[in-house]
Amino acid sequence: MMPDRTRPDPEALLPEARREGRGRLKVFLGAAPGVGKTYAMLEAARRRRDEGASVLIGVVEAHGRAETEALLRDLEVLPRQPFYHGGRILHEMDLDALIAARPDLALIDELAHSNLSGTRHEKRWQDVEEVLAAGIDVFTTLNVQHVETLNDTVARITGIRVRETVPDRVLEEAHEIELVDLPPDELIARLRAGKVYVQDQAARAVANFFAKGNLTALRELAMRTAADRVDAQLREHMAAHAIEGPWPTQERVLVLLPDGIEGRDAVRIAKRAADRARVEWLAVGLTELSREGTGVPRPAQALRLAQRLGAEVSQLQVDRDPGAEILDYARRHNVRRVVLPRPPPRPWAARLLRPRAHERLLRQLLREGQDYELTLVADSAAPRRGPARRPRLLPADPLRDAGRAVLAVALTSALALAIDRFLPVVSLSLLYMTAVVAMAARLGLGASVATAALSFFVYNFLFTRPRYTLEVWSQSELLTLVLFLVASIVTGNLAARLRSRVIAQRAIAERTSTLYDFSRKAAAAASFDDVVWAAVSHVAAVLQGEAILLAPDAEGRLAIAGAFPPEDRIGPRELSAARYAFDHGEAAGQGSGTLPAARWLFLPLSGADRRLGVLGIATPDGRSADPAERRLLEALADQVALALERIRLSEDLAQSRVASEAERLRSALLSSVSHDLRTPLVSILGAAEGLELPGLGPEQRGALTEVIREEGERLDRYIQNLLDMSRLGHGALKPNRLPVDLRELAGAARHRLRGVLRPFHLEVQIDPRLPPVSGDPILLEQVLVNILDNAAKYSDPGAGITLGARVQGARVALWIEDHGPGLPPGSQEAVFDMFWRAEQGDGGRTGTGLGLAICRGIVEAHGGSIRAGARADHGRGTRITLDLPLSNPEALP
Amino acid sequence: MSARILLIEDETAIRRFLRVALESEGHDVLEAASAREGLAQAARTAPDAVILDLGLPDADGLSVLQGLRGWSEVPVLVLSVRADEAGKVQALDAGAQDYVTKPFSTAELLARIRSLLRDRRSAEEPGAEITLGPLRIDAAAHQVQLAGDPLSLTRREFDLLWMLARHAGRLLTQEMILRSLWGEAHAEDTQYLRVYIRQLRAKLGDDAANPRWIFTEPGIGYRMASE
Repeated sequence: MMPDRTRPDPEALLPEARREGRGRLKVFLGAAPGVGKTYAMLEAARRRRDEGASVLIGVVEAHGRAETEALLRDLEVLPRQPFYHGGRILHEMDLDALIAARPDLALIDELAHSNLSGTRHEKRWQDVEEVLAAGIDVFTTLNVQHVETLNDTVARITGIRVRETVPDRVLEEAHEIELVDLPPDELIARLRAGKVYVQDQAARAVANFFAKGNLTALRELAMRTAADRVDAQLREHMAAHAIEGPWPTQERVLVLLPDGIEGRDAVRIAKRAADRARVEWLAVGLTELSREGTGVPRPAQALRLAQRLGAEVSQLQVDRDPGAEILDYARRHNVRRVVLPRPPPRPWAARLLRPRAHERLLRQLLREGQDYELTLVADSAAPRRGPARRPRLLPADPLRDAGRAVLAVALTSALALAIDRFLPVVSLSLLYMTAVVAMAARLGLGASVATAALSFFVYNFLFTRPRYTLEVWSQSELLTLVLFLVASIVTGNLAARLRSRVIAQRAIAERTSTLYDFSRKAAAAASFDDVVWAAVSHVAAVLQGEAILLAPDAEGRLAIAGAFPPEDRIGPRELSAARYAFDHGEAAGQGSGTLPAARWLFLPLSGADRRLGVLGIATPDGRSADPAERRLLEALADQVALALERIRLSEDLAQSRVASEAERLRSALLSSVSHDLRTPLVSILGAAEGLELPGLGPEQRGALTEVIREEGERLDRYIQNLLDMSRLGHGALKPNRLPVDLRELAGAARHRLRGVLRPFHLEVQIDPRLPPVSGDPILLEQVLVNILDNAAKYSDPGAGITLGARVQGARVALWIEDHGPGLPPGSQEAVFDMFWRAEQGDGGRTGTGLGLAICRGIVEAHGGSIRAGARADHGRGTRITLDLPLSNPEALP
Repeated sequence: MSARILLIEDETAIRRFLRVALESEGHDVLEAASAREGLAQAARTAPDAVILDLGLPDADGLSVLQGLRGWSEVPVLVLSVRADEAGKVQALDAGAQDYVTKPFSTAELLARIRSLLRDRRSAEEPGAEITLGPLRIDAAAHQVQLAGDPLSLTRREFDLLWMLARHAGRLLTQEMILRSLWGEAHAEDTQYLRVYIRQLRAKLGDDAANPRWIFTEPGIGYRMASE
């Protein structure tokens, strides 16, 4: 029973008291570099400054991002302190100057940063603690992978281990955590656009890290960390203000793991229950006080599993009567549902007379825990402990075999003596025979021969007359003895041979399945890194040890491509062993002939015509792999090499495909230039010369100048298209987004094309009240001009062209329809390719085949889409449809 | 109305045909092939208008414009290439009156020069009434008539129309209009301007998709038809 339930818990008041007089810490937490933490922090700081607080930037890394630098511009920045380090001058935050300046708020970027040696604290978070202690508020930024307890999880998710970590305590004591969130797709887009600054890590590791799957997982982790924090504050608040649980807000799940229970099923069930209810869950290992010191408690494994699955894990020391304490714990932690493994079955008398803590706990929970849902889980581990039953097959060991032989003979003799009275002496030999066969099956030939020989003498000594001597009187008994010896050896031999065949078969089966498993994983791997990851994780699992794979990097130097468990460093001795294996194509390192002192054994990975890398392995106890393991590893290494080679080849193939595509474009461009650039020039030169001919009437002169003008304009459009295309091709196109009125845009495009459009009837179907779209007006005008120009080019004079737009959700659909010949079937996509034309050759309509490709480039740069198809009324003609985002409607006054 | 026009352009062929075209309108043409020469000529001869190429061999055309604006209010028409949207806007902000994009139509360039010269004269002797075809704007009486019918405009709408009409044929950037009508603080509130332009168009019976009076230069500004 608790002494007084409404008195605030003094320990819970402590953190609140410690905050008095201290600065408040706000952490901007993100899932990965590049999500915009620093930006968010600066914005928040500017708001604080506008409210009148004095803000000082201790250290902020803008990494050259213009938008971040713009925010920095009018904030006060503390000059950094120079440090002489390794022959270079480096800079760190000037902690003393910051504290002496006594701002209301200090901005200190990158909480996980490690300071240079020579500064006061090893880590930046320690600097921050000191600043907080001086009563200064601090804003800081942190990526979730730097949180200490999440470090393992992140390493498992991403395959990259981060060395700079921040203790969870710092995060727990933060006054506020703000999650800076960016969907993975947008982050990847930012990365591609070069907007993400990544510290100097290998490019491949970075690519790995920014895979979409990783980012999604990290994002979830960051969200959960932020959410946890809110929940933790709630709990603290409850404890500090003596509010009793359970609160209805968040109904947590608690799994109890008493001593002596395997408990993993219970953990899994608790995890599923928590997931379904979208709540947090707790796992508590119960150690009985009286049992302390009896070694590692059994539920340790289950607790580790729980931690891996995301539970908050703790250990409770309980006495033999733990019910009250557990109920109290559950109440304090806002638990609604309790999961408990069922106690192992025992005779009811034993349960009654000497109840175990586990059984008492169950009884108390049933009696007093009315507030809680109770789930009992059968502990299925006991009956199926270890792998499926199969005869144990042990390798040969002469000393042990001899011992077992003696033991077997002794036991058999004891049995034989016991039943001597009921059976004829000859039959007793069968008992010994049984022992011989059993030994052969279990231990092999050596043991069976030893047993047979020993049995021969003991049987002779104990049972043949005269008993208790080695003499034999009866001829028949002598014969029995000899026959026994022969039969024993023959059957033992047979049994032993059977045994070794079984062993060999099993080894082959295991090896096959290991290899098969790996080849299945490797076949599913789509990239070099996937194969590497599959290889190291598989090899590590097979060996129950560690595995590492090194491959040549871009400069041809061996570098770590992947490791399990994740590892990014390797010792010099190991590296030289790896190099030896790579250069000479033979095993090197631990347990081999070369550099045996290295911790790893390296096997070369050889492809058909080149070396692809080396596979390093280390067993947990440092022993060398036995020959069978070595054979298996070599077979695995061959498979890894094959898989890597497959990936390399397909990458080469993709590269050559890109190259041939570039080649195709180049030749299309050449032919286009020679045809499209020349044709108007021919007309211009011809008409100009024609003007000089004597005897031309004013009408003829007019016609010739008209030709010059029109052809000149055509040439201009063509060159403009080429320029636009090259701008698009370099990715230099960044739409300058403004609200754009589509009716105005249509008017401007029509004005620019007034000459071309004169013979046509252009109908604009855009509601004047259509809200503006968000886009670059100049670029979007170009899109309309290109499409209208195309429509005019393929229409007969006098035909109608329609330009319309309509709101669809948060976007606008814009379409242009003509009455031309329509698109050839199957070319709806091809029209957006460069240098595509509806009709090829001199007889075709003139144009560059670039117009629509440019449109697609511009529209996609706006986050929109463009497609071509048949007219909506299925009549003759083409319809081009664009989809563009609406501008923010509330921008209008 | 003959005027003295300084042509700063490094391409001989362009200078040659522009001289022919401008002289056919009765103007005097002075030529300069570089930035330095252009500035010297402008100081020495005090032209009535300047045609300035933005891509000069010895210096950026923009710097010529800035140099010129240090001591002269002479109207400047800028020649630019189309890919260079930013340069165009910069030139307008630095005090150029208008621009044409290369390659340009000679007739259009002549029309722009005409409107620049007219603009200058009207600035020297501001009239109280403007007539553009059927549109009559009376500043003194604050009245607008379209084909004889009076239009009722708010004060802001009237000011906007007056500003556009006074510079008819000339491009006015959004910023220029906002600064002059709404004041410095609102120089970037382009959404105000869009709303007023829309209202003005509605009252003039003008269709944005097929304008008669107010033409939009997407992303840059507006231009009033000169007749």
